[in-house]
Amino acid sequence: MLTLLLLATGSLLALAVAAPVLARHEAGGRAVFGGCAAASLLIAMGAIGGLLGSPEAADLPFGPPWGPARVAIDALSAWFLLILGLAGTAASIFALGSLHGPEAPRRLVPYPLFLAGMAVTLLAADGFTLLLGFEAMSLASWVLVAHDHEEEANRRAARIYLGFAGFGGLSLILAFGMLAGGAGDVAFAALREAPPDGWRAALVLALVLAGAGSKAGLAPLHVWLPLAHPAAPSHVSALMSGAMTKVALYVLARFAFDLMGTAQPLWLGAPLVALGAASAVIGALRANLEDDIKTLLACSTIENVGLISIGLGLALAFRGADLPALAALAAGAALLHALNHAVFKTLLFLAAGEVLHGALSRRIDRLGGLIHRMPVTAWAALAGVAAAASLPPLSGFASEWLLLQALLASWRVGDLAFQMGAAAATALAALAAALAAAAMVRFWGLVFLGRPRTPRAAGAEEGGRLVQAALILPAGLTVLFGLLPGLMLDLAEPALRLMTRAAAPRAGFVAIGAAEGGARYWPLLVALLLAAAIGAVVWAVRRRAPTGVARGPIWDCGFIAAPHHLPFGDPSTQPTASGFGQPLRRMLGTSLLVAREGVTMPPPGATGPAILHSGFDDPALVALEGPVPRWRDAAAAQAERLRDLSIRQCLGLTFGAVVLMLALLAWLEAR
Amino acid sequence: MSFGQLGYDVAHLLGGGVLLLSFVLLYQRRIGAVINAFATQGTLLALAAAWQAHAQGAPGLYLTAVLAFAAKGVLIPLALHAIVRRLDLHRSVETALGVGLSMTAGVALVGLSILVVLPATEGARALAREDVALALSVVLLGMLMMITRRNAISQVIGLLSLENGLILAAIGVAGMPLVVELSTAALVLMVAVVAGVFAFQIRERFDTLDTGSLEEHRGEGR
Repeated sequence: MLTLLLLATGSLLALAVAAPVLARHEAGGRAVFGGCAAASLLIAMGAIGGLLGSPEAADLPFGPPWGPARVAIDALSAWFLLILGLAGTAASIFALGSLHGPEAPRRLVPYPLFLAGMAVTLLAADGFTLLLGFEAMSLASWVLVAHDHEEEANRRAARIYLGFAGFGGLSLILAFGMLAGGAGDVAFAALREAPPDGWRAALVLALVLAGAGSKAGLAPLHVWLPLAHPAAPSHVSALMSGAMTKVALYVLARFAFDLMGTAQPLWLGAPLVALGAASAVIGALRANLEDDIKTLLACSTIENVGLISIGLGLALAFRGADLPALAALAAGAALLHALNHAVFKTLLFLAAGEVLHGALSRRIDRLGGLIHRMPVTAWAALAGVAAAASLPPLSGFASEWLLLQALLASWRVGDLAFQMGAAAATALAALAAALAAAAMVRFWGLVFLGRPRTPRAAGAEEGGRLVQAALILPAGLTVLFGLLPGLMLDLAEPALRLMTRAAAPRAGFVAIGAAEGGARYWPLLVALLLAAAIGAVVWAVRRRAPTGVARGPIWDCGFIAAPHHLPFGDPSTQPTASGFGQPLRRMLGTSLLVAREGVTMPPPGATGPAILHSGFDDPALVALEGPVPRWRDAAAAQAERLRDLSIRQCLGLTFGAVVLMLALLAWLEAR
Repeated sequence: MSFGQLGYDVAHLLGGGVLLLSFVLLYQRRIGAVINAFATQGTLLALAAAWQAHAQGAPGLYLTAVLAFAAKGVLIPLALHAIVRRLDLHRSVETALGVGLSMTAGVALVGLSILVVLPATEGARALAREDVALALSVVLLGMLMMITRRNAISQVIGLLSLENGLILAAIGVAGMPLVVELSTAALVLMVAVVAGVFAFQIRERFDTLDTGSLEEHRGEGR
């Protein structure tokens, strides 16, 4: 299986190299994206093989100067490779379908590189290879975020994204350094031999949280996500949200569950749970307030990453408290939610891309009524939206149900402080799930239902067959994973054994359970019940309806009749995106997001309209854009003073530095 | 080889001589004497290289010795003397660091380099260890000379004597490829040529060789 996966990764790299040449030909873009789709499919198949087979490892014939590059596949990396493969396949098919005419090389080259970087990160078995893949992934996606750099907003997004990517990479390098200690061997096998403890473990976890957490979008390092996702092309946003954040979570899981050893204390999971709960609430709340559909989906990603992180943190804590069955339950919830979120968020971003392509806008206030013009996109998006709102029997419900079961079982950890914290996290996770449902209703309702708000939205058109296939594939998987969560959990079992040394409680293929003999969830049964209930209602309504019904004009909720100069009606009679979000903004936004609202009244006697201003700022972004540039300017001003030194003073600086280093060396040697 | 054997003692003596001349360079104030001291240092370096060639049985080092003597013992000092004559600097006296202060700083640097090198090279041959310590001291003293002098010529000499330290380190290590020393020697000649041209240019434009006078003209275009 490892050979197959390496072959797929190698062909992705080859595609990246060949892309500049291919870009000159008409069909070059098709070749690149088609190749990416095939390679992603191979990765997904290899990942399933890896989950069913046994771990493999190999040394590549090349690598850094001090040794070969090591690659390996075990159950944990196979699970995340499956995520990468599924998201990559759907996104590549979408890109292939939405290709019209030749594509610029700068949009073509980084895409296979991005996929290959993620695959290398997941396949790596030493720190150097992992960082190589991680940085390739960051840089390639940065190029794609910056592809439309004529707009100031996109340049800002790319700048902030690059800053975060650099920060994350640096933190991970330091984390590997801390973990390797003086020996300096960063092969995973060597790192497992010497697990850190005490303050070193805490420092490693903090560095990994800063490095992988900033890539995954954990609060308070989530601010790049809502900026970068709208700037990237839609198939790239889908990959960034669906796969890249999961790769970052994989790095987190690899460190916390594997490299740092199994004998870690209970409190190691606490920061993950706390940060995850904060991300979930902030992300879900912001998703209710944004009026750009891709920004909205990016905020929903922050929420879901938060939920996955809660699951990982709980699993760590349960493992530390020697409750392996519960640890497996929490880890199973996290892994399952990572897969489900990857699939449905890829679907939603692709749908958003199709909406952008069809109706030429990402702003909710310029869309509406698209279900009539784009039925396939609308129904596929409905599947994703229902999963994101965690409605049974779709996939999101199964994994969030497992997560809540794990949270509710956290009283079995004896520590009182942990119990209190877990109770708070339970409340926050439930709040986040409810907020996410509201956000998804707002997203789907305002975009696809109602009447078009602009002529362009009224003239939207459905994409081609390939695009529809790219939407139907993840939509089908969302339904399938929702109906068969037990099967997926069985597939994840080797990964759970690797993480927690225990298997999740089994309840058969079609059901999942919280514990042996505990609560169960049968999705097929729920689906049947729901279908039966809906069918009964339809049947009853048909039955009770008098015969000979005459269709009259329906009550139109107070819409004015469309005048002939406004053929789509007056858009302002429909709810706006910010109007829909207003209750939540007033309730929660003022405290969490510094939301503000004010009315500017015209002076008495004037005939101008009163204007209502409302908005919000993410405190994390405010903090980032406030002091950080100030520090940078101060440092630059200090550095500027060095320019006024004379030649001898410059030489003196060098000399002083050399002498200082030598003195340090002498001191270190003397110890 | 160890202490008390002829090969060791002679190598040690020559290395120590090179270091001693670095001290001379540090406090000498008349420009002519500085050049002479530099020529002597170059000659001693050539002798040290020749001795190493004999002791190590490496004929390549004879070439190094010849090159060092020709370039550093003869050609560069002659060229510098010519520059000094052309620019009429015979009698100029340079205010550098005081003798006492520069000696103290120099001794401190030698102590530092011994503290650094001796523990770091544990296990190597005794001669190589002390050779490296001497060479590092010469390098540091050359740097110190560069920052304490104001005259462009003496700054160039500081740079060249720093390079002497590098050669001293290179010849002490058995098995250093010849190409390293050859390319270093070529580099030094280039540095000397460039520095000479610069000295003339500075003098022509600002009527002094004090590099401090360049500060006032920083950032000016043509």
